[in-house]
Amino acid sequence: MLLHELAHARSGDKGNVSDITVIVYETADFPLVRERVTAERVRRHFSALLEGDESDVRRYELPHLGALKFVLEGALDGGVTRSLNLDTHGKCLGSLLLGMDIGDVHAEEQEPESSGTRTSHGIWR
Amino acid sequence: MVTLQASGSERSALRIGSGAGFADDRIEPAVQLVEHGDIQYLVFECLAERSVALAELERRRDPDRGYNPWLADRMAAVLPECARRGIRVITNMGAANPRAAGALVTEFARARELRGLSVAVVTGDDVLDRILERPDLPLLEREGTVGSLGERVVSAHAYLGCEGITHALSAGADVVITGRVADPSLYIAPLVHEFGWDTSNWNLIGKGACVGHLMECGAQVTGGYFADPGHKDVPGLADLGFPIAEVHGDGTFRISKVEGSGGQVTTATCTEQLLYEVHDPSAYPSADVVADFSQVRFDESGHDTVLVRGARGRRRPDDLKVSVGYRDGFTGEGQISYAGPNALPRARLALEILRERIEKQGIDPGATRYELIGVDSVSRGLGLGTGTDDPDRLNEVRVRVAGRTDSADQARRIAHEVSAMWLNGPAGGGGVVCSVTERIAIASVFLPRSDVTSSVTFAEV
Repeated sequence: MLLHELAHARSGDKGNVSDITVIVYETADFPLVRERVTAERVRRHFSALLEGDESDVRRYELPHLGALKFVLEGALDGGVTRSLNLDTHGKCLGSLLLGMDIGDVHAEEQEPESSGTRTSHGIWR
Repeated sequence: MVTLQASGSERSALRIGSGAGFADDRIEPAVQLVEHGDIQYLVFECLAERSVALAELERRRDPDRGYNPWLADRMAAVLPECARRGIRVITNMGAANPRAAGALVTEFARARELRGLSVAVVTGDDVLDRILERPDLPLLEREGTVGSLGERVVSAHAYLGCEGITHALSAGADVVITGRVADPSLYIAPLVHEFGWDTSNWNLIGKGACVGHLMECGAQVTGGYFADPGHKDVPGLADLGFPIAEVHGDGTFRISKVEGSGGQVTTATCTEQLLYEVHDPSAYPSADVVADFSQVRFDESGHDTVLVRGARGRRRPDDLKVSVGYRDGFTGEGQISYAGPNALPRARLALEILRERIEKQGIDPGATRYELIGVDSVSRGLGLGTGTDDPDRLNEVRVRVAGRTDSADQARRIAHEVSAMWLNGPAGGGGVVCSVTERIAIASVFLPRSDVTSSVTFAEV
């Protein structure tokens, strides 16, 4: 299942930092989303953007709002004034995060091994 | 003109409208707020981080410019009616030239015979001289100092707090025009003025920052930047209403909009905006307070009305953040489209040709981007199973090349190579668009508050 089925998102920027909020539609889904959408997994999802040594992903949890906040340092190719990206602000990144496959939501999930293989679409299985 | 209320006196609730959330926002929602919003204040937030540096370059070219280009339009749309109703206006549309903006508003008010209108201009955010005296100041979040930017620095503006605006309001200003001010402070100021809030009551100012943060992006809290058909449906997006904050003296408040306007105000729209760009929700620093939004709660207390409680605050930072604008080379860019059967292989062939041509020009390949809009441009290597490798799946695709260069001439060469694909590229390329732009970058530094003083000047119509 894609995260898009369970949550909505909004992204913004400050300098070279992308700031993405993920909010579940139903409070009952929050524990599952918190378990599956880890900072490490978000880092892998956006690995193409997070190439620099300075890059980093932090996560903040707001259970009472059903929200997770991700702060992606060094994700915007230098930020809005320098970036060669078509989407200089990274405004589309929130929606791209909703494209994350969070697996079978009815089963206990195994975190993929670091030696796991990528599918041709860049999604970890 | 009669002002609303004597400074510091208790009032039951204050209604503030958000007239704009960014420089190019729609104009008519502010008119709707003035006519139907029952508001006492109208705030226009129109100054993104980099806008003030670009405005400074404009001011250097023409000393009467350098403020928001929509200022005259927005004032023509709302000011006569605001004056008639006693609604006070606060805006950072002064950008790099608040004085010229103030003169424009004063002239306009005179032409419309808005007698007795008091226009205040807040200055002091321009700290370029101080910054240039301190080449040792370290840049935030990166290597280097102010000195390392050398001759390229064009502007330096501190994020002022609410003091200047509050002072202007207590002196009876009906319109307050500023340059760079911390966005939430545009909303904190009327609350401090009307309720007589103590600006060192950090929890209270934190609540004011929450009002400001929810309001400062306009429609982003009333259903704009939100719709996702079938998942998040929003009615009336062509007629979005902008938000109203109804704030009580204890800092509790409701977000709503004009009845019958487009959009929606729900817990979901408020949650998205509350957390927008704040990084750590428990420590969101700005000039007046370090706000803590981590315990905020929303209750839908009526149709399109959300009650907001639980914001807190901690002592404001000792220093003020300063945005330093500097010249940072050029960007050259070109785009061309391919369509119909086999569009994708033709587009890829175009990219190969362009790469070969541009690398021959000696342009740094590490600072050049070759990509296909519709395939890997916005999603940057994050193909999500859309079958983009199947050439028959894409009926059209757009080639994009962009490069950072030190000189305008090199940037021109990149654009020129894409343009040359008209006659020298694969079959059927069309829709070429090219551009060369000088980049103005922003670095941030901290300055002690004692190095920055805001001042207010008044003009009476």
